[in-house]
Amino acid sequence: MDSAKGLVYKYGDNVDTDVIIPARYLNSTKPEELAQHCMEDIDRDFIKNVKKGDIIVAGKNFGCGSSREHAPIAIKAAGVSCVIAETFARIFYRNSINIGLPIIESKEASEKIKSGDIVSVDFDSGVVTDETTGEKFKGQAFPPFMQKLIDAGGLIKYVNQEAD
Amino acid sequence: MGMTMTQKILAKHAGLDKVEAGQLIEANLDLVLGNDITSPVAIHAMENLDDKSVFDKDKIALVMDHFVPNKDIKSAENVKEVRQFACENCISNFYDVGQMGIEHALLPEKGLVTAGDAVIGADSHTCTYGALGAFSTGVGSTDMAAGMATGKAWFKVPSAIRFVLTGKPAPFISGKDIILHIIGMIGVDGALYQSMEFTGDGVSYLSMDDRFTISNMAIEAGGKNGIFPVDDKTLEYIKEHNAKEPVVYEADPDAEYTKTITIDLSKLRPTVAFPHLPENTKTVDEAGDIEIDQVVIGSCTNGRISDLKIAADILKGKKVKKGLRVIVIPATQQIYLDAMNAGYLRTFIEAGAVVSTPTCGPCLGGYMGILASGEKCVSTTNRNFVGRMGATDSEIYLASPAVAAASAITGRITDPATV
Repeated sequence: MDSAKGLVYKYGDNVDTDVIIPARYLNSTKPEELAQHCMEDIDRDFIKNVKKGDIIVAGKNFGCGSSREHAPIAIKAAGVSCVIAETFARIFYRNSINIGLPIIESKEASEKIKSGDIVSVDFDSGVVTDETTGEKFKGQAFPPFMQKLIDAGGLIKYVNQEAD
Repeated sequence: MGMTMTQKILAKHAGLDKVEAGQLIEANLDLVLGNDITSPVAIHAMENLDDKSVFDKDKIALVMDHFVPNKDIKSAENVKEVRQFACENCISNFYDVGQMGIEHALLPEKGLVTAGDAVIGADSHTCTYGALGAFSTGVGSTDMAAGMATGKAWFKVPSAIRFVLTGKPAPFISGKDIILHIIGMIGVDGALYQSMEFTGDGVSYLSMDDRFTISNMAIEAGGKNGIFPVDDKTLEYIKEHNAKEPVVYEADPDAEYTKTITIDLSKLRPTVAFPHLPENTKTVDEAGDIEIDQVVIGSCTNGRISDLKIAADILKGKKVKKGLRVIVIPATQQIYLDAMNAGYLRTFIEAGAVVSTPTCGPCLGGYMGILASGEKCVSTTNRNFVGRMGATDSEIYLASPAVAAASAITGRITDPATV
């Protein structure tokens, strides 16, 4: 995926993986089932409203708490094309890269983009554009090794490539 | 510039003489851990690998602890899948009902981790083994899958915050009070991507169980790991539990820390984290009059034998407040047995508490103590996020076993010195 464009759902700081996907649903490993409960404990309407391509914008420490990969899996399966946050909790960050959920760190974008804005993201340049306001923001570039993982399509494909 | 303790362990496991903060490395792993929630996702990920074999059947631990004995059909299917995987791959450290315990209490008890090891686990509280002087950190299921297949993981070498612990803690002040105090001080992202390295003369006053509790909650400050220096207590623990020969690493005298924080342990008071973040701490003196509906004593944070002893000593000959539910969960089968032999289980039951088989159950709102709307719980667990233990408007107050036991008697958040 080179770019994304969608409607923004905005949340605050410290969105934890328990609210992204509550543990009562962790008896399932199926992405489509997990997606049905994505963000349920913080925003009951999210899953009713979200459309393919939409974007989550949040504050600091997004995805903190439990290591459950079910969290980025649920977000991806709900159709979200990118998560933009001021910072990510480290396990969520790893998990997102490993499974191919696009994430972007940008303090400015996190502060200025509002819920309901239309935002586009160019993954090659890391530029985030708020189409509603016209403002542009630059996301943090990934270190070369992580870019390699992303380009490979996630950790499993990377491991297969390296073994060849 | 020297290296921190964590950096030295990582350098050794990456086959490098020197690493520095920010560097990306690939490290060899001594152990890869998964549980009944995260392992099925990892097993599915492994199915997409060209080479589906495990790197070392003796260096993988699969612990069925979150939803066992299974709470419903779906969780039973998940465990069945892991059981089959363990059998097919001859995994030597597969722990099912009857042998299992809560993973982060079980692995040190079984001697599966020693000082100097590098460990990843698909569970955020894998950082617990820092208490043993090991590097250990939580990852997701895909990292676990790659780890099981290759025996390696990639890491960004962390910078570190040094915590100098001084003085002797007062009675009733435990590892839980220390780590809650620290999280209250630096916040839930105060150590994001960083190591928390504990040092100072105060460390010698901390039991291994206290240290496990402190390292366990490093993740609640966003930390990558939380690590203690190796001393006589560590070496004795490792020996007692028949772990591999320890490799002792020490931080260089000129290691770089982004910050040094000194904490006088003698000044600490019993500390409680209020809803809905572990950083919302107050001392028990500032807690006010909070009436509660439930108490949970257990988890990977505080379900060890010394935790149960503290609670039993307070509850001995006393009764649980009428209308309050008290759930005690020994973290492993061995702890269960030890608590039985020491008479703690009798004390709990006579007081009016229930004692459960080892499980993570209520800590993550799985089962065995789910909260209804508006209910309040004092819990020795590690997270008080919205909805963590049940209804989204229920409330969790994180505290030590001493505060939890004292609160069980009065039905409100209570200073253990007053009961």
